[in-house]
Amino acid sequence: MKYLHQALILAAITFAAEIIKYLLPLPIPVSIYGLILLFLLLKTGVLPLEKIEDVGNLLLELMPLLLVPASVSFITALDTIQAMLLPVLIMGLVGTLLVMILTGRVAQAVIRRRKGDEEHE
Amino acid sequence: MNEFLLSSTWFGFLLSVGTFFLARTVNRRCGKERINPLLFSTVVCGLEILLGGMEYEVYYQGAQYLDVLLTPATICLAIPLYRQFELLKKNIPAVAAGCVAGVAAHMAGCLLMLFLFSLESPEFITLLPKSITTAIGKGLSEELGGYPSITMATIMLTGIFGAVVAPPILRLFRVTDPLAQGLAIGTSAHAAGTSRAVELGEVQGAASSLAIVVTGLLTVVAAPILAALAG
Repeated sequence: MKYLHQALILAAITFAAEIIKYLLPLPIPVSIYGLILLFLLLKTGVLPLEKIEDVGNLLLELMPLLLVPASVSFITALDTIQAMLLPVLIMGLVGTLLVMILTGRVAQAVIRRRKGDEEHE
Repeated sequence: MNEFLLSSTWFGFLLSVGTFFLARTVNRRCGKERINPLLFSTVVCGLEILLGGMEYEVYYQGAQYLDVLLTPATICLAIPLYRQFELLKKNIPAVAAGCVAGVAAHMAGCLLMLFLFSLESPEFITLLPKSITTAIGKGLSEELGGYPSITMATIMLTGIFGAVVAPPILRLFRVTDPLAQGLAIGTSAHAAGTSRAVELGEVQGAASSLAIVVTGLLTVVAAPILAALAG
């Protein structure tokens, strides 16, 4: 019953996020509205973490699995994508690597400088 | 029998979940990651549709139950964000610098593609939202006049690729700080990458979740400006 209760709270938050999206239709997805809402509920103490922690952690652990249908939908775009396949592949592969490396190095440099180089390799 | 499988709603669900847990079990037995479960499951389900003759609609009838849970799961990224809030607050300059650098590099890449391939304006717009979470990206592509289905496909390609290569790439380029690792993954590979960052550690998961939000907002602001300039 504890799990059902937690799942119910999370479902309610998701629903509330849908309502916010309906009232405030910015190009922001329901999930981000919900993420911010849940964060505020936790931060203000309105919703104690224990009330959702077990089911929340389970969902986080399962997230890669939940992404499978979305990534399979890739094949439904195979026909239309061909006209610009090369730029899509370059941006998807090389671009992703560059952004990852650059963001990581820049963030790490800032963190280390602020720490006064105490943790240098 | 084959005909039965191709019309079964539960087969698509079982195939997605079964292949995912098969990969996870193999990794656990080996003591290290040999197969990425998300990639393995996607490839098997994709092949079943492309070569096995299963209709995507039939597959999705079963798989939609996983899809439906994705929204509450993404919302739950607020949990690591909440737990690590003090650490993130202390490192606002690093978060800002990392995300801005990442978004700027991505936009520069898009401009390079624009000139290199002399892309049409809608094609250029299609690429702009590629590093951000699907729901924002798709909406943005629609709004600015791109091709949303190609944007979706590019976003998924980015996410899966990012999730698979993140650990070795970060090691290779000696990004060892957990916070920097999380920011790198979230900025480059949105929620799919973040699902991987959560596996690397609590700090990585929190930083990656925050990076999704920050990168998403930066892109929502920057993309229309670039689209107008290029158009």
